[in-house]
Amino acid sequence: MAVATKAAPAAGEEKELLISGSEAVAEALTLADLDVVTAYPIRPYDTVMQAIAKKISNGQLVAEFIVAEGEHSQFEIVKHASTVGARVFCGSSGVGWMYAMECLVVTPPLRVPMVALVGNRALDDPGAFGVEHNDALVVRDLGWMLCWVDTAQEALDTTLIAYRVAEDRRVLLPLALSADGGFLTHSQALTLVPPKAKVDQFLPRYDRGELLLHPDNPITVAPQANEDWVIEIRRQNNEAMGRAATVIEEAYADFRRVFGRGPDNPWFEEYMTDDAEIVLVGMGTISLPIKVAIREMRAKGKKVGMARLRWFRPFPTERLVALLSKTQAVGIIDRDYSFGSPFGSGVVANEIRAAMYNADRRPPLLSFICGLGGREVTLEDVYKATEMCYGAAKSGKSDTKTHWLGVRE
Amino acid sequence: MAALISEIVYRGIFQKNLAARIARGIVFSARKSGRWGIAFGRYGDSPQRNGIPAKDFAIVADSKEELEQNMARFEPKHTDVTIVLDDTLAKGVESWAWYGLQPINRLTVPNGTVLMTSVQSFEELLKDIHKKDAPYTLALLRAKASFSGLWVHKEDHTEARVLGALAKIAPSFLTLDAVCAAVKEMEWGSDLKAESAKKAHGRLETRGVKMTEGNAEIPYSFQMPKWWEMREGVTIPAIPVGKPKEAGKGYVPERNPYFKKFTTRTMRPVIDFDTCVKCTLCWIQCPDSCFDVMPDGTYDANMEACCGCGVCEAVCPVENCITMVNEALFDDNASQWEAWRKDKDAYKAWMQRTVGDTKATVRSHGFRFRGQYQEELAKNFEDGGVELTAGIPGENAQHKIL
Repeated sequence: MAVATKAAPAAGEEKELLISGSEAVAEALTLADLDVVTAYPIRPYDTVMQAIAKKISNGQLVAEFIVAEGEHSQFEIVKHASTVGARVFCGSSGVGWMYAMECLVVTPPLRVPMVALVGNRALDDPGAFGVEHNDALVVRDLGWMLCWVDTAQEALDTTLIAYRVAEDRRVLLPLALSADGGFLTHSQALTLVPPKAKVDQFLPRYDRGELLLHPDNPITVAPQANEDWVIEIRRQNNEAMGRAATVIEEAYADFRRVFGRGPDNPWFEEYMTDDAEIVLVGMGTISLPIKVAIREMRAKGKKVGMARLRWFRPFPTERLVALLSKTQAVGIIDRDYSFGSPFGSGVVANEIRAAMYNADRRPPLLSFICGLGGREVTLEDVYKATEMCYGAAKSGKSDTKTHWLGVRE
Repeated sequence: MAALISEIVYRGIFQKNLAARIARGIVFSARKSGRWGIAFGRYGDSPQRNGIPAKDFAIVADSKEELEQNMARFEPKHTDVTIVLDDTLAKGVESWAWYGLQPINRLTVPNGTVLMTSVQSFEELLKDIHKKDAPYTLALLRAKASFSGLWVHKEDHTEARVLGALAKIAPSFLTLDAVCAAVKEMEWGSDLKAESAKKAHGRLETRGVKMTEGNAEIPYSFQMPKWWEMREGVTIPAIPVGKPKEAGKGYVPERNPYFKKFTTRTMRPVIDFDTCVKCTLCWIQCPDSCFDVMPDGTYDANMEACCGCGVCEAVCPVENCITMVNEALFDDNASQWEAWRKDKDAYKAWMQRTVGDTKATVRSHGFRFRGQYQEELAKNFEDGGVELTAGIPGENAQHKIL
C-alpha cells in the first residue's frame, strides 16, 4: 500500500524526510502551490508524476492533474495553461522528451516559464532506463534553461529557484531540471523540507503582465510571421537568456538569505579547487564518485579538484573560464555523446573548449566519455582520467583524442 | 555587362502557372544569346490563396557573377520591367505580411516599363496606378486577365504574348527570334504560340508616363518596429471590438489597420439595398467579416476589407440583390450604402447601369456555369484561333446560375 509522504509543516519548522529526488521535486511543487500539472508515464520521470498524484489525492496540494495521451499533448497543455497564468509543471525522460519536441521548440519563443523535470535516460535504441544526458541536451540551443542537480536536497531547492528564475518578468523562459535516472530519481535520501511561510517569502506569485492571455487582456499568441519578424523574435529570446544570468544570481542570493543554505556560486559546485592542479568537470550524480576519488587522491598528495556544472544554459562562461584557466590541466567527463563532433567529444567538453578559446591561459584539456546508459562511474575511471590529465599537464599539450572510460575492451 | 530584372505580378492560384511560365520563358529566351538567368517566386508570398497578389521574378545577366548579385533574395530592390497580369493590380498590391500598399510601379526603375494585360485605356489605368517620382513607360497588351487555377492552365497564349511583348521592350536581352525559338521548345510551346508571340510584339501599345501623372493618393504604409519595440512572447494585441454605426444603431467592427487585404479583390459586390431582406447570410458567411451592419439593418460591404471572393453573391437568397462586378470598373473604396442613403434614385440608376453592363459584370475569376470553359474554347476556335488571343469573350452575367 502506498504511503504518502508527509505534508510540509504549516509554518515555522523545517522537516527532515527520507525521500527520493523525484519526491523532493514533488515536495517543492507543493510548497510552490503548483496550479496545473500534466503527466504521461515514462521511467524514470514517472516517479515525480506519481509523487504529485499522491500529494493531490492526499489533499496536500490543490492542482489540476491532467493525464495526457502522450508527451506531445502533455507539454502542449501546460504551455497553454501557463499563458493563461497558471504555474505549471511537466516532465519526461529519454524518447518521451523527444516525442514532445515540437512543443519544446515553441515554448521559449512564447515565453512560457514552464518548469520540467527531465529524468535523464538513454535515448532508444536500445531501450534502456539508465542515465545519459543527451535527452535534456537536445534543447540546448532553443532557449530552454538547463540545470543539473546531484542530490534530493538540491533537487528540492533548485525546483523552487527554477520557478523564481523562469517566472521572472525579465526572463520568462522554460527551465528543464535534469536529474540522473535511477541514481537520483529512485534513491531516497534525508532531505530538509522548508516551511511554506519561508517559500512564500522567496517565491512571488506568477505574473505574466501584458502577456497574459485573458478576456480582459485580449491578445493573439503565436501568429504566423515571415522573414520580416523572425530574427527580431530570436533577438528578444537571446536577450531574455542573457538577463537570466543576473536573475539566477539574485535568486540564489535570496535563497541563501531566506533559507540559510545554498551555494555561493550558483553556477557550479567547486570541490577542492582552490589549490587544484587538475580540475575534473562533469554534470549530475557523477560528482559523487569524483569527490570520493579526489579525497583518495588528495590523501596521496595529488591536488585534484572538481567543478560540477549546475547550469548548462545559461552557460557560466566567464566564471568557469576564470577557474579552469588557473589549472595545469582540465578533464571533462561527459555522460553524453556527440557523434562526429570536433574530436568526437561530448557536448560539455566541446562547450568548454569553445569557452576557453579566448582565455589568456589555456591549459591542456582532455575529454572523456563515461557512464553512458546508466553504467556506474567508478573510482578507477576517475583515477584513470586524472592520470591522463597529469600526463597532459606534464607535456603541456591538449589531447585531440576523446577517451571512453569504463568500456569493455 | 548588364542585367535585365523583371517582376511578374500576378493573382494567387488563378495565375500561378502563367507567371511561372513567363519567368521561365524569359530565362530560356535570354539563354539563346548565351545569358545566365534565374526564375523564382517571392517566397514570403502565399500564392495558394485565391486572388492574393503575388510575384515571380526572372533575372537574366551577361555573366554568372552579375547574376549572383541578384540571387538569394526575396525580391529585387528594383526592376527594369514590371509585368502585370491583371489590370486590377494597377491599384497597388499588399503582400501577405504587413507591408502596407505597394504601388504597382514601386520597383520599376526610372524610364523602366510597366507591361500590363488590359482592355482599359491608358487614361483609365492611370486613375489607378499611383504617381511615381520618375517617368516610365506603360505598355499594354490588349487582353483580359488570363485566369485559370492552381492545377490547370488556360491555353490562351498569354505567356507567349507577354514574352513577345518583352522582346519589343528589351530587345538587347530577348530578341523576337530568341523568344520564338524558346517558346517552341518549351514543354507548353508550339508553332502557333510562336505566332502569337510575334503578333503581340507587333501590336504592343506604349505610352510614356510623366511624373505628374497617376493616382495622387498616398498609399497606406506600415513602419516595421525594432526588436525592442515589439511585444515579447510572439504576441500581438487583439483588434478592439467595434461600435455602432451611428446613434447606437448598426455595428461596425474594428479592423486591422495595417493589413487591409483588399488588393486581393478582382471583383466587388454591388448591393441593392432596396431588395435586401436583412437575412444576415452575407454578413455571417463572409470569410473576411467585411460587412458592416447599417442602422436600418442592411449590410454594407466594407471595401477596405472585402477580398472579392463572391461568397455573399452565392449565399444571397434574393435574385440580383448582390452582384459581383469587375473591380476594374471602380476608382475608390467608398461606401455604397452611404451613396444609396444620400440619393436613392441616383444610386439605383448607377447600380442598374453597373450591373447591367455585361462587359463590367464579367467575372474576372472562376466559372459561373458548368461547361463555360469548353464553350469559351469553342468560341475561341470559331473566331479564328490565335486571333482571339486579344481576350476571351463569353463570360457574362446572362449565364448566372447559382
